[in-house]
Amino acid sequence: MAAIFQGIGAAAALPSTEKFHSQSRRFVSARKGSLFVVRSDGRPSLGSSPRSRGAQHLITNAVAAKADASATSTASKPGHELLLFEALREGLEEEMDRDPRVCVMGEDVGHYGGSYKVTKGLATKYGDLRVLDTPIAENSFTGMGIGAAMTGLRPIIEGMNMGFLLLAFNQISNNCGMLHYTSGGQFKIPVVIRGPGGVGRQLGAEHSQRLESYFQSIPGIQMVACSTPYNAKGLMKAAIRSENPVILFEHVLLYNLKERIPDEEYVLSLEEAEMVRPGEHVTILTYSRMRYHVMQAAKTLVNKGYDPEVIDIRSLKPFDLYTIGNSVKKTHRVLIVEECMRTGGIGASLTAAITENFIDYLDAPIVCLSSQDVPTPYAGTLEEWTVVQPAQIVTAVEQLCQ
Amino acid sequence: MALSTSLRSNLIKPLTALTALSSTHRLRSPFSSSADDATVLTIETSVPFIGHNCEPPSRNVETTPKELLGFFHDMALMRRMEIASDSLYKSKLIRGFCHLYDGQEAVAVGMEAAITRRDCIITAYRDHCIYLGRGGTLFECFSELMGRQSGCSKGKGGSMHFYKKENGFYGGHGIVGAQIPLGCGLAFAQKYSKDETVTFAMYGDGAANQGQLFEALNMAALWDLPAILVCENNHYGMGTAEWRAAKSPAYYKRGDYVPGLKVDGMDVLAVKQACRFAKEHALKNGPIILEMDTYRYHGHSMSDPGSTYRTRDEISGVRQERDPIERVRKLILSHELSNEAELKSIEKEIRGQVDDAIAQAKESPMPDPSELFTNVYVKGFGIEVAGADRKEVRGVLP
Repeated sequence: MAAIFQGIGAAAALPSTEKFHSQSRRFVSARKGSLFVVRSDGRPSLGSSPRSRGAQHLITNAVAAKADASATSTASKPGHELLLFEALREGLEEEMDRDPRVCVMGEDVGHYGGSYKVTKGLATKYGDLRVLDTPIAENSFTGMGIGAAMTGLRPIIEGMNMGFLLLAFNQISNNCGMLHYTSGGQFKIPVVIRGPGGVGRQLGAEHSQRLESYFQSIPGIQMVACSTPYNAKGLMKAAIRSENPVILFEHVLLYNLKERIPDEEYVLSLEEAEMVRPGEHVTILTYSRMRYHVMQAAKTLVNKGYDPEVIDIRSLKPFDLYTIGNSVKKTHRVLIVEECMRTGGIGASLTAAITENFIDYLDAPIVCLSSQDVPTPYAGTLEEWTVVQPAQIVTAVEQLCQ
Repeated sequence: MALSTSLRSNLIKPLTALTALSSTHRLRSPFSSSADDATVLTIETSVPFIGHNCEPPSRNVETTPKELLGFFHDMALMRRMEIASDSLYKSKLIRGFCHLYDGQEAVAVGMEAAITRRDCIITAYRDHCIYLGRGGTLFECFSELMGRQSGCSKGKGGSMHFYKKENGFYGGHGIVGAQIPLGCGLAFAQKYSKDETVTFAMYGDGAANQGQLFEALNMAALWDLPAILVCENNHYGMGTAEWRAAKSPAYYKRGDYVPGLKVDGMDVLAVKQACRFAKEHALKNGPIILEMDTYRYHGHSMSDPGSTYRTRDEISGVRQERDPIERVRKLILSHELSNEAELKSIEKEIRGQVDDAIAQAKESPMPDPSELFTNVYVKGFGIEVAGADRKEVRGVLP
């Protein structure tokens, strides 16, 4: 394991602005090596079609800007550096250029440029109809987006804060998720519903909600959570291109993460998990902001002699049980670290899914660290205690690995 | 098969036997009594239109004998289908919720007469007749109601989820009022693609108090979307009369800055005129509200007798005085476009068609168990899969 650290440290230049950031950066470039082979063959246990892609069998698509250079490592490629919200914007802009049916609607996305600057400059470029400033009426503008999608447009609906989308829950659940089924396949709803959620810096209870748990049972939708500029752009593009309705969960505190991403075009898979750090002792499953808490804890754990395998699950619905399963088979211990509430959260579903499928490979019960089942308080100290902190992750791993 | 083609084949034969009779009334030109499309009849609607923030259209509606006979046929077909659905529900072949449209046929038929199939219609759960008007077949209707694979939504939607995308019918929605923002979305897409078509978003007097209606109306008016909001006011929101639910039951005025028109929804010609007027208006000026004053004979749904909140006298009173089919029958007879015997034979033929469709639907198979999992996602999860080497890789997941 030490070898990997040294190797990566030498290869990558790390222009990091945040402590957490440097962790992820290191292992992003490591992905190009042996990790890819681990994931490349076989099938997720959910589906059944053969997906044969080894490092040697890549089927490159004509959409990729440059057809070669699969062998060169990322670190030596120029790429460009940007912040996460800029990566989202880049992905959005590229898709809007590519397909005239893609449009954006939401509060303050147009002239104001988006409350988190994700759509800055797009209204001037594409016009007011394509980047639509809506009134504050989440229920009906989400419904409008879905109605437009029924005819073939591909709207991206932005919730200024994910919590506001609770007002649109009926539209998302009944119309967005279910119309493809209840119409017998006649209507496709290729919408992307996106927005920031999660616990921020003392934003208060109503603005610190995690809606992944509420949406996860809706049949017919896909949910993804981005955590780095690289996967933010890739997932945004994949979500826009998907024919299914996709909910893209961003996090309020991650918008200013900086990373170097490639110049060429790339699209990520909506159903794949990301191997952040390979390991042997324990599998830590996480997503969104908790990834950074986990990586911080991983530093401490490594110093104490543990070797955690960290996977950013990214796809919240459906779970990438293939990657997760392979990891469980290797380490036999699972720790889930999430920001969702303990009751009925993503961790709860993931625990059930892993237990159902991989019980024979587990040496210990699955431990799930989630936020406390309380409304997020305003006071800074209390807020810190509602979410999982790196120290708790270290303790949990130590207990799990006894 | 479409209603109109069956009409042509049925009606041309019987009517050639009739002799031409001249008319003695004002405003009507002499005509031959065959179902021709050339003679223009101008008929005054029984009740004038009332406008809100707009000039109402004229009470004189132009029509042709062929169109009137078509109206009669279409409405009688819808009526027969709904009554047959009633008996099917009672014999437990249709389960769950079944909301019947009889009494309101004039709205569906009149609207179709004024628009094209490229215009969109979206409605709530009382959608069987509108589906039929949009070109659905009786067989598809009954199959869907009985949950068979040959139904319009493959048996997976049911009574409240009839759709026909290629004919511009967007359903079929169970949650009261949720279809109105969808309708504005359809109008938004029409404006985005510069189609020069309009969307009719239909809802009831019960849904008229939903917040999302006003939200959608605000957006439609703000962006001049070609949306026509049609309130089918049958005066009862399930069991609650309109005056007990709405402070202002003048639904055509509730749009405030959005113009509105109150229409006699039991008069198919008035509906046709209003819809034509609304389409012209929406393409130029943005949204407009049409309030169709109509009535349903059945209860809210099959589990509601319909008589606990209204008197039988009221129901039979409306049936005698305002029934849409009777009104057209009287028009046809008084203009001598046909005679009693011919109209009765049309109705008999319709009854036969409906019975045949039911028999056929009863025989058709239930969906295969594998259908449980189809159409949840489009093509399963099949989208492009890209690898960590940052290239776009295409692999198709099931």
